[in-house]
Amino acid sequence: MSEVIVITSGKGGVGKTTTSANLGCGLAVLGKKVALVDADIGLRNLDVVMGLENRIVYDLVDVVEGNCRLKQALIKDKRFDGLFLLPAAQTRDKDAVSPEQMQKLCDNLKEEGFDYIIIDCPAGIEQGFKNAIAGADRAIVVTTPEVSAVRDADRIIGLLEANGLNNPTLILNRLRIDLVNRGEMMNIEDVTEILAVDILGVVPDDESIVIATNKGEPAVSNPESRAGQAYRNIVQRIMGEEVPLMTFEEEPETFMEKLKKLFRR
Amino acid sequence: MDFFSFFKKKNTPPSGTVAKDRLKLVLVHDRVNCSSQVLEMLKTDIIKVISNYMEIDEEELDIQITQTESDDKSGTVPVLYANIPIKSMRKVNQD
Repeated sequence: MSEVIVITSGKGGVGKTTTSANLGCGLAVLGKKVALVDADIGLRNLDVVMGLENRIVYDLVDVVEGNCRLKQALIKDKRFDGLFLLPAAQTRDKDAVSPEQMQKLCDNLKEEGFDYIIIDCPAGIEQGFKNAIAGADRAIVVTTPEVSAVRDADRIIGLLEANGLNNPTLILNRLRIDLVNRGEMMNIEDVTEILAVDILGVVPDDESIVIATNKGEPAVSNPESRAGQAYRNIVQRIMGEEVPLMTFEEEPETFMEKLKKLFRR
Repeated sequence: MDFFSFFKKKNTPPSGTVAKDRLKLVLVHDRVNCSSQVLEMLKTDIIKVISNYMEIDEEELDIQITQTESDDKSGTVPVLYANIPIKSMRKVNQD
């Protein structure tokens, strides 16, 4: 059985592409056959986050327009068995593809035997969003604990439900537990209470994500990364396993920080 | 943090709480999907109807969409809040 999952958020810059890359890799590591589809036509980025930017020959629009076969456009990730990327076109507009064409593309990917098809949705609520959700079976909404991001997530949840994608789940990204403990950031309960959706996972704000993205190696494959662990947990939940939410502890203080605190008192 | 800020801080809520409260209010408006134009039209109509029965203070009139706890206490629901000060009753012909 295969499933099409769209990763969306409304607001830009909250971590849709990073989440797509990590979930795709994480599922592939657990032996699933995964297609990552970059639906952000004109602003392609999933290729660079995955470190596959030098291997693009054909793209999503080429497939839709019949310039190549689907298999020709799918880039096989040599590091992870069973992981493939379908890149977005960089020199085209969002309206180069229609929702019907995206639906058909998803059906074709299902026929290719993929277990999971993960669609990285563009920011916004216009044509690109409508295209990205057209063939989806379920939706994951990514947000950060900020007023603007949660507001946009609320709007997106409404639009998803209006399009028949009921009960989207939520990934709360870039949580800073030190700020939450001081009351200077909304916590997990605040956000889930306001949005009234089930939480799929919480990803801590973690510099290992920046480093991983710099290198083009998703953090999920790094056993040392806290964010990577959070993504591994989410992957297991996607596959139907029950994994408790990560416990968040503040980073232990360095000697200098302790010293500073001592003098502040 | 200096010694005196320990006393000062108590009065203002932490910014996380401020964020949550602001967000709640913004979402009430977003979810109702009522533009300020529509609210203005509603206000004009309400004044028109009420003016048939009583003289009201249009300057002090306050109409807004806000939220309140639902009857079954399961969460909050949007409400139309109207504060309309009455100056005097008009004589209404009842037949």
